[in-house]
Amino acid sequence: MEWETVIGLEVHAQLATQSKIFSGAATRYGAEPNTQACAIDLGYPGMLPVLNAGAVRMAVKFGLAIEAEIAPRSVFARKNYFYPDLPKGYQISQFELPIVGRGHLDVALDDGSIKRVGITRAHLEEDAGKSLHESFHGQSGIDLNRAGTPLLEIVSEPDLRSAREAVAYMKKLHALVRYLEICDGNMQEGSFRCDANVSVRPVGQAQFGTRAELKNLNSFRFVERAINYEIERQIALIEGGGTVVQETRLYDPARNETRSMRGKEEANDYRYFPDPDLLPVTVDEALRNAVRAELPELPDARRARFQAEYGLPAYDAAVLTASRELADYYEAVVAAVPDESKLAANWVMGDLAGALNKAGLEITESPVDASALAQLVRRIADGTISGRGAKTVFEGLWAGEGEVDALIDARGLRQISDTGALEAICEEVIAANPQQLAQYRAGKDKLLGFFVGQVMKATGGSANPQEVNRLLRAKLQA
Amino acid sequence: MALDADDVHAIAHLARLALDAGQVGVLAGELSQTLGLLEQINAADTAGVAPMAHPLDMTQRLRADEVTEQVDREAFLAQAPASEAGLFLVPRVLD
Repeated sequence: MEWETVIGLEVHAQLATQSKIFSGAATRYGAEPNTQACAIDLGYPGMLPVLNAGAVRMAVKFGLAIEAEIAPRSVFARKNYFYPDLPKGYQISQFELPIVGRGHLDVALDDGSIKRVGITRAHLEEDAGKSLHESFHGQSGIDLNRAGTPLLEIVSEPDLRSAREAVAYMKKLHALVRYLEICDGNMQEGSFRCDANVSVRPVGQAQFGTRAELKNLNSFRFVERAINYEIERQIALIEGGGTVVQETRLYDPARNETRSMRGKEEANDYRYFPDPDLLPVTVDEALRNAVRAELPELPDARRARFQAEYGLPAYDAAVLTASRELADYYEAVVAAVPDESKLAANWVMGDLAGALNKAGLEITESPVDASALAQLVRRIADGTISGRGAKTVFEGLWAGEGEVDALIDARGLRQISDTGALEAICEEVIAANPQQLAQYRAGKDKLLGFFVGQVMKATGGSANPQEVNRLLRAKLQA
Repeated sequence: MALDADDVHAIAHLARLALDAGQVGVLAGELSQTLGLLEQINAADTAGVAPMAHPLDMTQRLRADEVTEQVDREAFLAQAPASEAGLFLVPRVLD
């Protein structure tokens, strides 16, 4: 039987505020345990939450960016459950009236097509603390620094049809929140995390199959692997005569498998009700307009502009605008060498991206800054160095061994483009190889390569190959 | 709507309340009565009435996104039954 996969993602993006969503405690990552948990975050009696204006603005910003309806009035609700890292016994979230309504995100798929993925809603909520299960004499340790950190939970429609599509959507969302500067997107630190609802159904069946919710997907690679594992598991289960149970499953990256989290299901009765400590939140037109005015150029618009303004192919434009920082870097290079936009794109996407990837560095950590790369591009464009010589210069730049022009001279990479000097060398080479000359003139065109090689050898590789080709062709013909 | 003993046990579990056998029957009666009142409210015609999220007809005030709280960790930890290495200690829990 042919199976179709149906996936919906719930992404939690930690909002990049200075203070908590309902208190004035700091949100900085990596602080000493419990040094950023104040009486409100600890759920002390008599404490009252006061909503952070920054978190509201960020949620509105996101809503506008996905062309969603922003609720003029939204309501906070209590989600009730017991866990030691949840001091109040409830999480303040939004349930019936979220701040961001239905929107969408256009995602580029592997085949180059664009898929519009629906976003059901996005709502504000507070994060819980962290439980540490190391040995504390058989007890668990609780760090409540993260309690009360603002989250935007972004819920997609079940529009995704494969693990690859899910990852493409998640990457696009990741780029968007970073463009908007509402989330640092740091997945290792848990600032951007994802749960996936996965089900399968026979192709052609309209009704959804029973879904499993996958948790603990804290990297793009894990999202893809966990979903693929889960698809296989469900198909094997059904084809073996079993049925999928609706449950929460934890992904174990070490074993690359998902495992049932038994015992948590019975507790899924959250008894949501409006939080009496918080009044309804209003977002009026003035606020919407003010936030709209702050919106940066969004990834799709920037991609289109890169194609139009710099004459880049769609693929290059998409790669270069995948992150705001990379696009900024590219634009800084092009600003210095405006006539070489495609050559600059090749270097940013090729040698630079490759070196960064190999070293595990972000573009913002690049040892080669945009002005240095621009100078390198300029020297290739004006014929000072060959493409091969440029790679040597790049290695020097990467290793911090000097500036472009100094490296070119230090390594003797300056090409001989001086026609007079090259002409003389070409003539010498031709004179020294009469036999090959005769063969060439008898029709053995391939020998052009031999002559080019001899000239390159005579110049120690520093001749401009295009120029050598041009000169040799003319002289061999004569 | 009448609640039976199983319902009372389920509700007590959600609230993490330990009930003795004698209380279950009493609570089943009391909770059923309370639900009766709610059913009365439910019966009212509310078509055209906007749901109320809060009895005060006001909107939420917002505060500026600034760090205003300095946390005295030792003072908070001192009030917990057990703590170590800056952490609150609780009976062992595993996900």
